[in-house]
Amino acid sequence: MIALVDCDSFYASCERIFRPDLARKPVVVLSNNDGCVIARSKEAKALDINMGVPWFKVKKRYLAKGGVVFSSNFALYGDISRRVMAVLKMMSPRTEIYSIDEAFLELSGISKHIGCEKMGITIKSTINKWTKIPVRIGIGPTKTLAKVASYQIKKYDLPSRVLVLNDKHSIEKALKETPIIKVWGVGSRLAKRLAVENVETAWDLSRLPPEYIKQKFSVVLERTLRELNGEQCLEIEDIQPTKKQIMVSRSFAHKVNDLSTLHAIINDFVARAAEKLRSEQQKCSSVSVFIRNSYFRKEEYEYGFNNFILPYPSDDTRDFLKVVNKMLPLMYKSNVQYSKAGVMLSSFSDSSTVQDVVFPELHQKRNSALMKTMDKLNYYGYPVYLASQNAGRFNPIQRKMVSPKYTTNWNDLPLVR
Amino acid sequence: MKLKYLGTMLTDDYPPFEIPYFQDMVAAGFPSPASDFMENPIDLNQYLVKNGVATFLFRVSGTSMIEALIDDGSLLLVDCSMQAIHNSIVVAKIHGDLVCRRLCLRPKYCLIAENKEYQPIYLDPDMEFEIMGVVTAVIHQFA
Repeated sequence: MIALVDCDSFYASCERIFRPDLARKPVVVLSNNDGCVIARSKEAKALDINMGVPWFKVKKRYLAKGGVVFSSNFALYGDISRRVMAVLKMMSPRTEIYSIDEAFLELSGISKHIGCEKMGITIKSTINKWTKIPVRIGIGPTKTLAKVASYQIKKYDLPSRVLVLNDKHSIEKALKETPIIKVWGVGSRLAKRLAVENVETAWDLSRLPPEYIKQKFSVVLERTLRELNGEQCLEIEDIQPTKKQIMVSRSFAHKVNDLSTLHAIINDFVARAAEKLRSEQQKCSSVSVFIRNSYFRKEEYEYGFNNFILPYPSDDTRDFLKVVNKMLPLMYKSNVQYSKAGVMLSSFSDSSTVQDVVFPELHQKRNSALMKTMDKLNYYGYPVYLASQNAGRFNPIQRKMVSPKYTTNWNDLPLVR
Repeated sequence: MKLKYLGTMLTDDYPPFEIPYFQDMVAAGFPSPASDFMENPIDLNQYLVKNGVATFLFRVSGTSMIEALIDDGSLLLVDCSMQAIHNSIVVAKIHGDLVCRRLCLRPKYCLIAENKEYQPIYLDPDMEFEIMGVVTAVIHQFA
């Protein structure tokens, strides 16, 4: 059996750990730049605050009802997530961290002795006691059915927060109550195509012949169908695959129109992405950049994208800057008010296994000690920048309502009286 | 020690093996007499923290626990995985506040300050109240 452990309104729950005064109050957390609502406590959901809604649209109404708002504090969420996942790893030999607030656990073996439901309740109360995070646990014979169980807990707000789908009857009932769009791996576009086939619930999909679905849709959806019928197709991936790409993208605090400001911002993104790349001990050979204006404007939507393949894999910020600064003027349009940009590094290779080039002297000899020193200085809080970076002059990130870094900063520890 | 593999050796007598090449210098002087007796340096984390994933740090504000040697500005280590028992010093959430007190289970449930100027807080079952964890250590720095 497989369990899906899902943290309830994770970011909002993190904000509550050291704030007992917020126990029953609506809490929302905003995206980077305070743009949209990305997490809501149960009480905030009850006030009809939708996921992803732009903050400015609901701000007035929400605050008038006594709601509390936070900018995102990923230092806190990351540390609490690390704790939750560490506890889960103690509870099961096979754990797949699926996202910051979700993990799959293999229960077979352990649950034989004490039963799935009891095991789920033990996991739930341990996580809650040790880390103060409320979780729900859906259990089923496959990952997709564990997801269905988790959805059922959420939908019916089951007080036990644990649901096991193991017999034919309970699975059939749950599938009939699960709209197709809520099935793991089915997005809105796919749901529309399935509606044409009269597939409205998970149950409808599970009744179709797998071969037909494979032919008409995809092998991925066929696997979903088989998983809904209790046939395990997806394994628990307890070995983390190495990252395939690194993306740094942000919305700007103000619209940007001139090329030199855009240069400075994007050079900063490149530096951050390259730093992440080095921290993963990877090199990459593909660099992409995009710039765009706002979706919400009346003017025409403008999206610029460009990609460059380096002749040899690199992890040096200066190599990336060189190509990015060549690409940028080709994409830039002087009549557009840009509001978001991003840099993506991909095509990775492990830095220790990169082949040497035949004529290394043709490539400018890079001093990797410089990058290492820069990373160290930045890590210890002595920021150093390349001259082309915006160097903090134009920090695009707005986080006005961020909570203290309670668990990662000596100056931010919670106070007790 | 830096190690590079030069290639794979294939012979009939042995399974294939990589040829190691040690890139570090070999010290040719008198070897350190301590090298066989090296131990890890003393680690305060190991001494103070039994269960790291469930341990949180708090800073004390005020002198409600002064007679238990917990002073204003002290650092508290709180283990949330430990079961609080009679006389445990705990951090609790009560009336929307975080407080540090001694937990008493007899004769009546209450939270007692270690300072005569503070009244005990009696616990009713209908009160919004939660024990976060047990205080396992207090650190007070002098210099």
